Amino acid sequence: MVEAEVRMPEEAEVGPFVRIHVTVNGTPREAEVETRTLLVHFIREELRLTGTHIGCDTTNCGACTILLDGKAVKSCTILAVQADGRQIRTVEGLAEDGKLHPVQEGFVEEHGLQCGFCTPGMMMTTVALLAKNPNPTEDEIRHAIAGNLCRCTGYVNIVKAVQYAAKKSQGGGSK
Amino acid sequence: MIPPRFEYFAPSTLEEAVEILGRYGGEAKVLAGGQSLLPVMKLRLAEPKALVDINRIPNLSYIREEAGGLRIGSTARTNDLNDSDVVKRRYPILSDAAAVIADPLVRNMGTVGGNVSHGDPANDLPACMLALGAAFVVRGPKGTRTIPASSFYKDTFVTTLEPDEILTEIQIPKPKAGQGNAYEKLEKRAGDFPIVGVAANLILGANKKIESAGIGLTAVGPTALHAKAAADSLVGQAPGDAAFKRAADLAMKLAEPVSDLRGPAEYKRAMVGVFAVRALRTAAKRAGGGA
Ligand SMILES: Cc1cc2nc3c(=O)[nH]c(=O)nc-3n(C[C@H](O)[C@H](O)[C@H](O)COP(=O)(O)OP(=O)(O)OC[C@H]3O[C@@H](n4cnc5c(N)ncnc54)[C@H](O)[C@@H]3O)c2cc1C
Ligand code: FES
Ligand code: FES
Repeated sequence: MVEAEVRMPEEAEVGPFVRIHVTVNGTPREAEVETRTLLVHFIREELRLTGTHIGCDTTNCGACTILLDGKAVKSCTILAVQADGRQIRTVEGLAEDGKLHPVQEGFVEEHGLQCGFCTPGMMMTTVALLAKNPNPTEDEIRHAIAGNLCRCTGYVNIVKAVQYAAKKSQGGGSK
Repeated sequence: MIPPRFEYFAPSTLEEAVEILGRYGGEAKVLAGGQSLLPVMKLRLAEPKALVDINRIPNLSYIREEAGGLRIGSTARTNDLNDSDVVKRRYPILSDAAAVIADPLVRNMGTVGGNVSHGDPANDLPACMLALGAAFVVRGPKGTRTIPASSFYKDTFVTTLEPDEILTEIQIPKPKAGQGNAYEKLEKRAGDFPIVGVAANLILGANKKIESAGIGLTAVGPTALHAKAAADSLVGQAPGDAAFKRAADLAMKLAEPVSDLRGPAEYKRAMVGVFAVRALRTAAKRAGGGA
């Protein structure tokens, strides 16, 4: 258990701290975090991966969506210590060797964004959806992105972007 | 918003978890999916001195059907209910509810055990557990006890769980021939907590009359409500709107909704009636009793 690793701070100003080990976009990272540090703050402020956004901070908007062991979750409502020993994937981990991920390509090609604030979270949810269901129907896409709010697009082009990515990823047609 | 400071423990056994909870004497809280606890901690509505994360305890997140019925480990995720074939086929009321709880991202973290033990009258699963006659297995310092869902909920955020007890398993009786159930929820927008929710479970006898029934109500009282009089009124009746409307009237009488942003009390009470009839109709259809 983690108890032995908990160190109480000198004064009650900060802490307690826990040392965590996580794999972020394939790279092992280690850090000492306050127990109350939210995963999204760890990702943005400690790892300096600012593609993961904070929109509402109240578990409503999905701008902070990341993959934790492959599942799309809201990183503003998870403690960094809960990620100890686990795999984190953020939007920065999508492109490989300078080549856009099919989901990123879909959002570009189908004009799936306007201001772009929701986009990283929307794309992470899409990656998780297509891993589980490579050929989703429009209805399945709309249900899958129900936790990701977009104030700009009206979702029509987001659905098209997901369909583009589905087609591209498997080189086949989309339902 | 960052929660207040706390100590964090991630024990690998239930014994250790119970021991730590006991050591803090009511000042520690179980952390399951965190999808209700972390939001209330951010708002300083809860300021536990310690969190006991039960997610690292192995073998606590199963969903399986055994001779006695369905067994759900407390850290099974809400979305696991949606992904489970046995749930979809044999306990459809749980699929109905899980599909409309929050959104897929919250459901990937939120647990079934957390949903039923949080004690929020707006949680969707407690009413289903009441309708199904479920029981909760709880581990504490003195061992294990089993609490029927019908005597679990005391007041808003107050259950019969002691501060050093952990809910480990939810047990749902095996469906009988002629059984059908459904959950109907009225929500303001997709993924929101319910304005009202009604859970209904019906068992039809060989004569196609209702042999037994269970009804649970969400978000219209200090806890999820067990509408026993409404359910009992159905026994011996033929499934159909005449009997369903009488039961719905009794459910409306039991409901004590309050006016808030989700609507005025009179509206909510009326919707209990509408949604009770709908849930009963679907339950009867699934039981093979037409309607
Ligand atoms: C935006 C949003 C919308 C939501 N909408 C809905 C909705 O429509 N319907 C709905 O039902 N819920 C909704 N929820 C709540 C969600 O379903 C939570 O997951 C659930 O209420 C609590 O489960 P959890 O595992 O996250 O518990 P946690 O947040 O970890 O814990 C909640 C409480 O239960 C206690 N607890 C948890 N597990 C145990 C256990 N095994 N033994 C003893 N005590 C335990 C904790 O100590 C805590 O006090 C919503 C949440 C959010 C953020
Ligand atoms: S910032 Fe996490 S859900 Fe909005
Ligand atoms: S593109 Fe602006 S919020 Fe979605």
